[in-house]
Amino acid sequence: MISIVRSLWLVFLHMFHKRETVQYPEQKNKLTTRWRGRIVLTRDPDMGERCVGCYLCAAACPVDCISLQATEDETGRRYPEFFRINFSRCIFCGYCEEACPTYAIQLIPDFEMGEYNRQNLVYEKKELLIDGPGKYPGYNYYKVAGLAIGGKGKGQAQNEAPPVDIKSLIP
Amino acid sequence: MDDATIDQLLIIGGVLGGLLLVAPGLIWLERRMLALWQDRYGPNRAGPFGLLVVLADTLKLFFKEDWTPPFADRFVFTIAPGIVVITVLMSFIVVPFAPGVIVSDLNIGLLFFLANSSLGAYSIILGGWASNNKYSLLGSMRGAAQMISYEVFMGLAMMGVVLLAGSFSMHTIVEAQKDMWFVIPQFLGFVIFFIAGIAETHRLPFDIPEAESELIAGFHSEYSGMKFGIFFVGEYLGIILISSVTVALYFGGWLGPDFMPPLVWFILKTFAFICFFILLRASLPRPRYDQLMEYGWKILLPLTLLNLMVTAGIVLLNKGI
Amino acid sequence: MVTIYIDNTPYQVKPGKNLLETCLTLGFDLPYFCWHPALGSVGACRQCAIKMYRDADDKSGRLVMSCMEPVSNNQRISIADKTAVDFREGVIEWLMTNHPHDCAVCDEGGACHLQDMTVMTGHTYRRFKFKKRTHVNQDLGPFINHEMNRCIQCYRCVRFYKDYAGGEDLDVFASKSNVYFGRSEPGTLESEFSGNLSEVCPTGVFTDKTLKQHYTRKWDLTMAPSICQHCSLGCNIIAGERYGDLRMIANRYHGEVNGYFICDRGRFGYEFVNAPARVRQTTQLGQPVDEDKAITQISELLKNSKVIGIGSPRASLESNYALKKLVGETNFHKGVSRQEQALMELAVSILNTGPVRALSMKEVEKADAVFILGEDLTNTSPMLALAIRQSVRQQPLHEVNALAVPEWNDAAAREIIQQKKGPLFVATVAETKLDSMATKTFRAAPQDISRLGFAVANLIDPSAPQVSNLHEDERAMSELIAKSLLASERPVIISGTSCQSDSVLKAAANVATALQKRNKNTGIVLTFPESNSVGLALMGGNPLEEAFQKVKSGNTDTVIILENDLYRHSQTTLVDEFLTKCKTVVVVDHSQQATSAKAQWLIPAGTFAEADGTIVNNEGRAQRYFQVYEKMNVKESWRWLTNLGATAGITPMQSWKNIDHITKALAQEEEVFRGIERVSLTSDYRMQDGQRVPRAPHRYSGRTAMLANVTVSEPKPPEDPDSGMSFTMEGTRAMPPSSMIPFFWSPGWNSVQSVNKYQEEVGAALRGGDPGIRLFEASATQSHYFNEVPEKFIAVDSKLWIVPLHHIYGSEELSAKSASVAKRVPLPYLMLNAEDAAKLGLKEGDAIEVAVGGDQLRLPVKVSASLSMGVAGLPAGLPTLSFVELPAWGLVKR
Repeated sequence: MISIVRSLWLVFLHMFHKRETVQYPEQKNKLTTRWRGRIVLTRDPDMGERCVGCYLCAAACPVDCISLQATEDETGRRYPEFFRINFSRCIFCGYCEEACPTYAIQLIPDFEMGEYNRQNLVYEKKELLIDGPGKYPGYNYYKVAGLAIGGKGKGQAQNEAPPVDIKSLIP
Repeated sequence: MDDATIDQLLIIGGVLGGLLLVAPGLIWLERRMLALWQDRYGPNRAGPFGLLVVLADTLKLFFKEDWTPPFADRFVFTIAPGIVVITVLMSFIVVPFAPGVIVSDLNIGLLFFLANSSLGAYSIILGGWASNNKYSLLGSMRGAAQMISYEVFMGLAMMGVVLLAGSFSMHTIVEAQKDMWFVIPQFLGFVIFFIAGIAETHRLPFDIPEAESELIAGFHSEYSGMKFGIFFVGEYLGIILISSVTVALYFGGWLGPDFMPPLVWFILKTFAFICFFILLRASLPRPRYDQLMEYGWKILLPLTLLNLMVTAGIVLLNKGI
Repeated sequence: MVTIYIDNTPYQVKPGKNLLETCLTLGFDLPYFCWHPALGSVGACRQCAIKMYRDADDKSGRLVMSCMEPVSNNQRISIADKTAVDFREGVIEWLMTNHPHDCAVCDEGGACHLQDMTVMTGHTYRRFKFKKRTHVNQDLGPFINHEMNRCIQCYRCVRFYKDYAGGEDLDVFASKSNVYFGRSEPGTLESEFSGNLSEVCPTGVFTDKTLKQHYTRKWDLTMAPSICQHCSLGCNIIAGERYGDLRMIANRYHGEVNGYFICDRGRFGYEFVNAPARVRQTTQLGQPVDEDKAITQISELLKNSKVIGIGSPRASLESNYALKKLVGETNFHKGVSRQEQALMELAVSILNTGPVRALSMKEVEKADAVFILGEDLTNTSPMLALAIRQSVRQQPLHEVNALAVPEWNDAAAREIIQQKKGPLFVATVAETKLDSMATKTFRAAPQDISRLGFAVANLIDPSAPQVSNLHEDERAMSELIAKSLLASERPVIISGTSCQSDSVLKAAANVATALQKRNKNTGIVLTFPESNSVGLALMGGNPLEEAFQKVKSGNTDTVIILENDLYRHSQTTLVDEFLTKCKTVVVVDHSQQATSAKAQWLIPAGTFAEADGTIVNNEGRAQRYFQVYEKMNVKESWRWLTNLGATAGITPMQSWKNIDHITKALAQEEEVFRGIERVSLTSDYRMQDGQRVPRAPHRYSGRTAMLANVTVSEPKPPEDPDSGMSFTMEGTRAMPPSSMIPFFWSPGWNSVQSVNKYQEEVGAALRGGDPGIRLFEASATQSHYFNEVPEKFIAVDSKLWIVPLHHIYGSEELSAKSASVAKRVPLPYLMLNAEDAAKLGLKEGDAIEVAVGGDQLRLPVKVSASLSMGVAGLPAGLPTLSFVELPAWGLVKR
């Protein structure tokens, strides 16, 4: 009985406490960098597209809202021919970012994506691709991969020996 | 038509109109107060202080699909929400808002109030039964048991007041509190009456017939649109009724210092109790159904009987001297 | 059966196998690289290490390579032993020291044996700090992509390419960790089986270049079991689709037909499905029309005019049967020339009513003496050539067995065999790729090949017809062949329709019949021109010439042509005349071709990827192919024809709602097709839990985004009325019945190596039996010889006897339409004997004019040393050459 009165009293006192509400459009909350919001595709430090079209993000996506088609340029560098995220399905779980082996796909602290027309929530590559490396500066997948692309031949990646001379029999 | 009849019609119109306006306003009040006690703001966007949320809510209810389940008993399903509103409004007939501002000062006023609030139970029983849904039926069974049980303690608790005032007329009871509000001699009676009042209106923490978390809205699971809205209005009218009856019985009704008119005193006191209803909702958890029944029959009933006997004894003693 | 103990649990297993395949058969997950069920063991990769114990008391045991240890009774081994587990992890760690960080850009990723094995052994982190070895890649042509950095030196590629498939241009170079698998110089891989490298390679060194052009991970493909449409062998394939395009063909294991491999024509010939020259819309005189309107109007024609139908050897049984029902039996034409029809029917009657059993390719692999008459198998039926490459090992394998070396011990077996080969006789018009394997080759005109066959039959059984005027060489040759065939245990006679000679077929039948009298294990294999030639031959109907006659005589004004380019089966002038005389020409086909260009009505049929159907292969095995995906406006030919028939009010067709009804009607109506409804499970088949078999793997991605650019509301996925499979990943994740395996996958086994889990035992039949039903077996009672021995071929001055020469890339209609195969199609030529060329004063590459079958052709000359005098070869079926009825005399002029 006393405890009931006590809780009534304590709840009543909350009338005089400070409000927790942030009055959103006028006031804005500070979002941390690892906040999982709008998804972007980033570029490597040399401004090349980071996405290599490996399909891992699409496979990781629990709502299957990512679809893409890999293709390659004349030098053998892979990139997505199209890259589509249906944000009307996205649950912002961040699995795509975790799955990405090249740091290309990243979730950024922006959630203001409301649309009156649901079709506008379908983002294509031109809406997704940004001009920078996002949260992970410095990383360039092709610098560690063994594939030869334009401007980087065989054996020119990090920690790679020059190509073997197969005609040599020296042990 | 003589002046008295016109006055009477004005009072009826005023009470009816006032109540029907205030009841939806309580939506806003409840949400604001709950927010206040939870360190939030509550509705604050639509109109000044978010008052237009009432309008928005009403409009929303009007535009929602008014759906009657195909498996329901159509007729009963439709009239059930009306019953609660009608019975509660009928009770207001005997509530004295101020000297002269009363629809009809029946000499059996309290009995009339009790009779009407008992009828209110039909609304829940019929609504739940007509829905033809097992959760709704469970809710209405609980509601029936709860309301009938607490009716007993409510009636018995009020008897203390009746003994002291010597009348069932609400007006007389208020007049009898000129020297001292009955809450002082009848504190126990007040507490029991109020608890029973919460149970009668099946408000939180005694919202056992609805029990959102276990019965998914209980007796009104199947209700939507304006039929649900009428249940909603009925609930808020119930709050106002219990608050105003409490004020009339225990807190001297319209009585108060002269710097404000009696009606204002009555409204202010009633408002305080409405807020208390909301505070209860904000702070207390719901007991189990069996706990509620046990509490009623094993604690409240003996206490009311004790209260009644002691009061009667004192009254007899006073008479004897 | 013997008992072995694996981690102290006893198992009953077959003796003679090695421990690795035994463990895999028992369902254990044991990693391996260099071992391959078809290639045997060499014990090179050290990955399948297990512990072996002397007896129950031996607690320490020793590490052995499970692929190199034969099963023996009461053997005690451990897979889970800590030393073995650590050893296996260590091996992977070494392999991975040089493996590039490439998975994201590697086509093998997601279907990679190396990935699977790395996960299986538990290796996760590269501790090796030193530099990675790199290699320069080679351009290996339009089929195969090369990425040498990824190599883990398992040697499977060269073991398959050189040892198994007889390729000569892929080899291993350099030494130690620098070993390089490639060609001596960049260039197109010559082998017809190079595509299998992409499945044999456990990682991404050799990958499918056509897949790379529209790359999709295996988990994103919608796949269905299918049958290859590019020759008559009926290899089982998996076809995979993504975003409405066919993306890839992979081998689908079949214990009897194709085993683990398919040829490059089958693997890379699929691109015609995506070609721009597809028919994708119902058109009337080139204008798109509503399909319901088209059906109504054409069905009006059916009611009001005289209609004939022309079927096709590349259309399914169901489609041909639907056409036959639509136009009536007398108005149904097979769509092949009288000559080709006679050949097809002769060949089928040899298999069907002759005494000798038609062998499957698995049985051909086990044959120990082979006599080929007239067929250049590498070019007409490539997988049969691969089977023969295995059969020549059968006799030398006796030596291996005599030394008690198990056959699966590949390195040792090959060391014992060296260059020894079993008897193989190749009697063809021109040189073939099998010549290098042959005991003896014989080059002659078809007539003389036939005479050789008749002579051999006569030598084996004197009651067979005699051959007069036999040349001394021919006599010696026939004696050698007869002797070798009689000395063998399981001889096989192979022939076919490709040299367009009935006497060659008859000779082959005589040899087989004669041998059968002496040796009951004799087999015969005949090849046919197209994927469903056998089915069409069994169907009944008139030759194309009769259709021409009917129109000419005014008996007919409307013709419905089913999936057939008449210009490939008759002379241009005749077809032109026929098509102009017809009032209405309706063509139902999937690809635009010369005939469809002249059609009033063009109706978009589904290719094998968009249609269900049944086709019959060269051994009489009816096999079902399943639709892979739905394409807008495109329907199976039989569905179009059934709709037409139902609208026109033709009685049985109104009740045909799906493929089951058609196959059932066909089986009931025609004796020879009895049982065909059991080729696959019916469309109402469901797995045990009531669900369908999913065509897509459970990791299939992009469902809610792939069509979101069109509309954000997702369409309902199509439902399959014709089979118990779903077009999505919804359905039961259990092992489907063997006839409905859309792809091979097992937990932890994402690559094609997961096929082990689908087999009753490694390398044997699929669980539940290999799919398909043989429609006929040889009826042993009859033993009858063909008596029509042809006259000796005599060269004629100023004339050349022109015979068709087949090309793996180009001679088949559909594969030649696919971009990658088109790069390998040869230019037209005329092949001449060196002496004939000299007589005409021609060198290689000079132009020559030939008048043959009413056509004037101007072609460059190709000089051959082996072609007989007076015989010339003209490539058959090249897209750039018009039809000529061959063999025929041709007049040549400089």
